[in-house]
Amino acid sequence: MKSKHVFVFIGGIFFGFGLAFGGMSKQEIVLSFLQLKDLGLLLLLGGSALVTALTINIVPKVLKKPILGGVFKKRTRTLTKRTIIGAIIFGVGWGISGLCPGSAMASLGIGNLPALIGIAGMFLGAYVMGRYFT
Amino acid sequence: MFPLGFFPYIIGGILIGVGVSFIYIVTGLHATQSSFFGTTISFFSKRPYFLQKQYLDSRGWRITFAVGVILGAFIYTITLAAEGFFTTSVEWWRLAIGGFLVGFGTRLSKGCTSGHGISGLASLSTTSLFAVLTFITVGILTALVIQSLGVFP
Repeated sequence: MKSKHVFVFIGGIFFGFGLAFGGMSKQEIVLSFLQLKDLGLLLLLGGSALVTALTINIVPKVLKKPILGGVFKKRTRTLTKRTIIGAIIFGVGWGISGLCPGSAMASLGIGNLPALIGIAGMFLGAYVMGRYFT
Repeated sequence: MFPLGFFPYIIGGILIGVGVSFIYIVTGLHATQSSFFGTTISFFSKRPYFLQKQYLDSRGWRITFAVGVILGAFIYTITLAAEGFFTTSVEWWRLAIGGFLVGFGTRLSKGCTSGHGISGLASLSTTSLFAVLTFITVGILTALVIQSLGVFP
């Protein structure tokens, strides 16, 4: 196993622990946010984006390259119709199920096995997009 | 507005940010979630879309990341979760239809709650900001409509 994988794995553990700690692996909590009963998930999203923003914007000014070498990748996305249409379709699915990709993975870790149905749906949806809409 | 308080949400958010930051500092990679579905399909499909270089280069570590996320949630459950393991009461048809739309939409939009919501906003991307505002607004409207039809939770 390459050393890169070890560190990605450790980071993933923090990610999944945080998702479960924040309740996002429970579709009931996600739906209570989307039904505007509990706005706590905004704090979770804001907190994670803020910590990551500090890292992404400051660390490359201090370190020339990542600790394992290579380059600090820039995440670039161009705004197109597909960005927004895709976000609309994602939003409908999120509102129906309370599932998003990361929280579905974390759901498996809390023993929430019905999320497997959602994950199967996500694979199928990703396949149909890549097969018929590219 | 905050029946469960602030604490679990803020701590959970910080931990997620620490995980993404750690991976970025060590490897330079943006650890995001929804690409995992496309890159994993590349093991099984010969379609050019799935065999793009970016997918082939990242499909290995994306699986590692997904397994880490599952393990992290498991560790939380066996150490800190007062109520132990959990099973949702959302019906299977909602998970199936919702999952399909989530898979389709996130790949069309090239990002999800973590890709646009965490890494995208953290990269100060206006594209991601528009995507996040869109999926949160549509998600809220959809959930309210479903609820008004008498479907719970």
